[in-house]
Amino acid sequence: MRSIGVDIGSAATKCALWDGNDIICCITPTGWTPKESAEAAVVMIKEKAGIAPDAPGISVTATGYGRNVFPADKRVTEISCHAAGARFLVPEVGMVLDIGGQDSKVISLHPDGRVADFIMNDKCAAGTGRFLQNMAVHLGCTLSDFCSIPEGTVMQPINSMCTVFAESEVIGLLAHGIAKEPICAGLLDSVAQKAVTMISRAGGSGDICFTGGCAQNGMLRALIEEKTGRRVISHALSQYAGAIGAALIGAK
Amino acid sequence: MRRHHGRELKEEITIRNCVEKIDELFEKMREGVRNAPVAVKELKEAGRPIVGIYCTFTPWELINAAGGIPVSLCSTSEKPIAAAEQHLPRNLCPLIKSSYGFALTDTCPYFHFCDIVIGETTCDGKKKMYELLNALRPTHVMQLPQTTEHAKSLELWKHEVIKLKEVLEERFGASITDEKLTSAIKLKNSINAAALRFYDLAALPDPVVSGKEIMLVSDYIKFTFDYEEAIANVNALTDSLLDAYKSGLRRVSASKRILITGCPMGKSLEKVVDAIEAPENSAVVVGFENCGNLKCTHYKVREDIAPLDAITEKYLSIPCSVMSPNNERIELIRHYIKKYRADGVADVILQACHTYNVESHSVRTALASDGIPYIAVETDYSQGDVGQLATRFGAFAEML
Ligand code: SF4
Ligand code: SF4
Repeated sequence: MRSIGVDIGSAATKCALWDGNDIICCITPTGWTPKESAEAAVVMIKEKAGIAPDAPGISVTATGYGRNVFPADKRVTEISCHAAGARFLVPEVGMVLDIGGQDSKVISLHPDGRVADFIMNDKCAAGTGRFLQNMAVHLGCTLSDFCSIPEGTVMQPINSMCTVFAESEVIGLLAHGIAKEPICAGLLDSVAQKAVTMISRAGGSGDICFTGGCAQNGMLRALIEEKTGRRVISHALSQYAGAIGAALIGAK
Repeated sequence: MRRHHGRELKEEITIRNCVEKIDELFEKMREGVRNAPVAVKELKEAGRPIVGIYCTFTPWELINAAGGIPVSLCSTSEKPIAAAEQHLPRNLCPLIKSSYGFALTDTCPYFHFCDIVIGETTCDGKKKMYELLNALRPTHVMQLPQTTEHAKSLELWKHEVIKLKEVLEERFGASITDEKLTSAIKLKNSINAAALRFYDLAALPDPVVSGKEIMLVSDYIKFTFDYEEAIANVNALTDSLLDAYKSGLRRVSASKRILITGCPMGKSLEKVVDAIEAPENSAVVVGFENCGNLKCTHYKVREDIAPLDAITEKYLSIPCSVMSPNNERIELIRHYIKKYRADGVADVILQACHTYNVESHSVRTALASDGIPYIAVETDYSQGDVGQLATRFGAFAEML
């Protein structure tokens, strides 16, 4: 059975198609109307898979913050979808860490993959992609610069977790002539610290699958690994974990 | 075959009659809550002393025996919070801010009519708020000991109960005799018994009412001052619900049963119940281990010992998070998980409520060892987080 999952996030809409054997994915910016972005994503994935737009028998499962504005066959929260998607990408992980554009979450899993517990941070920008995005504005750089911090950069610690205070701290550091790279490293460390706090609150042991928009940042991944002493695994498709999970749940 | 048919027909008629009666009673209760301010006004005009209370610890029976009308001032609206923040810090529990804000702006009819306020030294925020409240209305604060494990606690609390008795007697020119106290105890016990009988419908295998309906009945009991009428209506409702259930009616279809615990619930926190009971979750709130609900009705005032001792004992044993240690709360939660067949527990914590927030860890740990899924949400009286609540409870329901 073929099944499509759409993960309608605040910044990007991710889409995945599961045909029983394979997964293909695509991504599009969410824009102002999440419903239209989701519709566009579904059209896009069908095109990519060479499926006729009106092909019958394909279920669509929606997840993410926009899941309720989209007429899907099924709606499932991003918690269950991320768990299912992460287990698919990295079998046997015991925990999922998701750091997205707007929120971050930690999901601990039963050995059979069911969700055992979860902790969400969606009230505060600290520890999310939004925090880095805000800081990038002040640093005059882009998010991708956070991914290319030269090795051996000595980190400049940032003391404030809160976006508002961190902003003035960063401006102050720049005024003192501190270079951008050490500041970027310090900001990543702050995001990592926030993630580690959530991970230790959730407890458990075993490998962690790192998903969401920030999962591609190798330095962030290494920092979390170092601080938790647990293996943190990211996957090339980890940004699509929610959409993949939705497609898999929809196929059941 | 014919006989079978006859029975079905009879059941159908029973159900139809019951449903009519149930709708009628719920409507009557809604109306009762709506008209409560008028009822208080009329009592005031009839010369009855109106006594404002905020907390489950206030001995209701003493006020009743003094001829007074205890009226709950515990507020759950966001409206007066901005005004309250002129005097109070932002980083304070919304219940305290809302309650104070209503008093400050004189926009709560109950506060407007009340002659005196009774408070207790419960949490830090509340007891300091009472100091400010005293400038707006005479406020008598009872010194609440914060443990039941010390013999001296009971002694101190009894002293405070007697002092309250004297304050009420002097203020209202009443004499609170043992006889009056005994009948006040009987009355309150029978109100609580009617409430508990209704709450206990959740002990049946299938859900009988929704969490929203439970909240309505709690509110109705809280804001009905003709106590006999309240008892009669609640009992009639329970009877009709039971009859309909026995005849096969299932009003609520939900497969996952949630017990709520935590800070006092109220109108603004209906958003939490809505998030749990959203149709796609197939979940229902089967009970509230909160103030104004099971936390007060579960415990009876003994009728076989001296009335003042009985009152002292009952009120000190309320398992609120301001008490330390507060193991009894966990036992109470466990009791109702079992009795109401709960599949999971939702801890509703108000922002900046330190006692419930800290205690959350103990509850989580205890329930984890029982294998009971648990979720804690921190919220306030604004409606800004309904989306976040929907995701949390959606995921929690998917997890069960
Ligand atoms: S939770 Fe505690 S302090 Fe708050 S109303 Fe109930 S008994 Fe009083
Ligand atoms: S909810 Fe917590 S902080 Fe607020 S009044 Fe009750 S015990 Fe105090």
